[in-house]
Amino acid sequence: MSSRTVEMELKTPTLDAEGRVRHAPLGVSNSAYDDGVDSERMLVNIGPQHPATHGVLRLVLELEGETVLRCIPHIGYLHSGFEKLGEYRQYNQLIPLTDRTDYLSPMANNVGLALAVEKLMGIELTERCKVLRVIACEMSRVISHIVWLGTTGIDLGAYTPFLWSFQERERIYDLQEAWTGARLTTSLTRVGGLMADIPEGWEDGLREFCRTFPSTLDEVDTMFTRNAIWIGRTQDVGVMSREDAINYSLSGPMLRASGVDYDVRKDRPYLDYETYDFDVPVGEHGDIYDRYTVRMEEMRQSTRILEQALDRLRPGPINVDDPRVILPPKSRAMSDMEAMIYHFKQVMEGVKPPAGEAYMGIENPKGELGYYMVSDGSAKPVRWRIRPPSFINISALPHMCEGALLSDVIAINASVDIVMGEVDR
Amino acid sequence: MTATAEPAALSPSVARLRARFGEAILGAAVVCGDTIVHVANGQAHDILAWLRDDPAEQFNYLTDITAVEYRDPELPLEVVYQLRSLDRKADLRVKIPLDPTKDLEVATVWDLWKGADWLEREAYDMFGVVFTGHPDLRRLLMWETYVEGYPLRKSFPLRGHFNRAEQTRQALGANPEAHYSMEELSIAEAYTELPADMRERLARGERGVLR
Repeated sequence: MSSRTVEMELKTPTLDAEGRVRHAPLGVSNSAYDDGVDSERMLVNIGPQHPATHGVLRLVLELEGETVLRCIPHIGYLHSGFEKLGEYRQYNQLIPLTDRTDYLSPMANNVGLALAVEKLMGIELTERCKVLRVIACEMSRVISHIVWLGTTGIDLGAYTPFLWSFQERERIYDLQEAWTGARLTTSLTRVGGLMADIPEGWEDGLREFCRTFPSTLDEVDTMFTRNAIWIGRTQDVGVMSREDAINYSLSGPMLRASGVDYDVRKDRPYLDYETYDFDVPVGEHGDIYDRYTVRMEEMRQSTRILEQALDRLRPGPINVDDPRVILPPKSRAMSDMEAMIYHFKQVMEGVKPPAGEAYMGIENPKGELGYYMVSDGSAKPVRWRIRPPSFINISALPHMCEGALLSDVIAINASVDIVMGEVDR
Repeated sequence: MTATAEPAALSPSVARLRARFGEAILGAAVVCGDTIVHVANGQAHDILAWLRDDPAEQFNYLTDITAVEYRDPELPLEVVYQLRSLDRKADLRVKIPLDPTKDLEVATVWDLWKGADWLEREAYDMFGVVFTGHPDLRRLLMWETYVEGYPLRKSFPLRGHFNRAEQTRQALGANPEAHYSMEELSIAEAYTELPADMRERLARGERGVLR
């Protein structure tokens, strides 16, 4: 994505000769309104219960005319204290909590947590488990991005792509349900493996999805990418420069849209991501439009990864052969004394990593999701820190909204792709 | 099961840090393949600034700030910085040990990384670590008038300091106007239009006291 070509083809009055968006008719010029009009500043409260805040985000805005002078975000309405709760839970009992943070990509969160504990314990996974986890992560990316696409379209007044994208989401949720038994709270992983293998014939469903899904993306592409309204609402709005994006610790599509080529899958590979052939889309302008194109391309790349993962899926065990973390088969636990002891210790005491600490970052759909686990050798973590990508991305919202128009606030907020469950944890 | 055969080598940054800051580097270790450096609180800001700006280090990306309190009361409470160099693809974990029985105070790194803003506010909110020099150190996840303490401290019970009845009483008696701060109300000068008793309640702000 080296240069923009789309807007040059458009000869709509919202764009000037160089193809830049014209904000002049909307912008509030101070000098024009100085005479006779009282320049009293206005206080506008958005949320917490407002559909365009994508959950329970509350923004207090200071306006002059339509221009935002100051934006004060308030969060915490969904604070559940997961990190505190985690200190009273065994490691495998944290996995259901991770479902409920970023609930649009629960399978990827599960994988991240299991990887962090496995890093702490030095566990090497089985080949099939790694491939299945890659499938889980990429399915989550598609789900999360497609919900983002639909809801952002609605925020900017486009209803049709929302229906298309939610139709696709339904298909991939069916696959997720067939594998894990749940559509939202998957709890897919266990330390050292997975809760369940994929059911028979499941690969065919995913292959079919990978084959047909890109055509839906093409349809959305037709609706948005060269659409004058879409371009007018998104280009040069909510710009984060390359330097700012790094300085504000942005991650994921937000960082890459600003031209920083950083993807955890490429730069700190896990689950053998370095052996998959995929590209990392990088934007240039750091505005909403680039975030849109980056996410669109990421979905196509995810389909590529999914197809490759399906190709290399071989029969084999999904769990490591390690009685410290994995329950023995029930039949053995009932007949073999040693297996029964392991079963008893697993159920009564849980997984016990050695004293130490590990930080594991994975490339989640929203950005870098980090789990920082500190263990003192007992079955419950001393500290379970979630590095929530959308929390850190949304903290740059005031910076992006300053000087923008009120209607742009909705667009900018949508472009960050937040899930309040994760922001507040 | 095979343990990951990662070489337990210290990051080369540690030797450079020792050469530059000497005594202020309290210790270094490799745990699970990651290098951890303990630094003295007094010079922490200088060290972090140097790590960001030195051409050999270039830790330009602040991944995370958090704090850790151990169950063992003998161990220090640590403020943890996860640093990353996007260009060198290197990571470093810097820790500042603090005495949990004393006031927790470290210098802010907001002037180095703007991303530290909310991360420091969260660490303050959850642990009571005061980041001196932070421009807006308010509670973030808990509401501003929350008085039960700092939830992630080990001395904080899972259900909070107050009993359920007291928590319910305070929730029902909450002052809805207090959802706007004085600063926010001053935007539209809405503060002057409030009735006197409401103004008084707002000025008090507090909803309860720790007993």
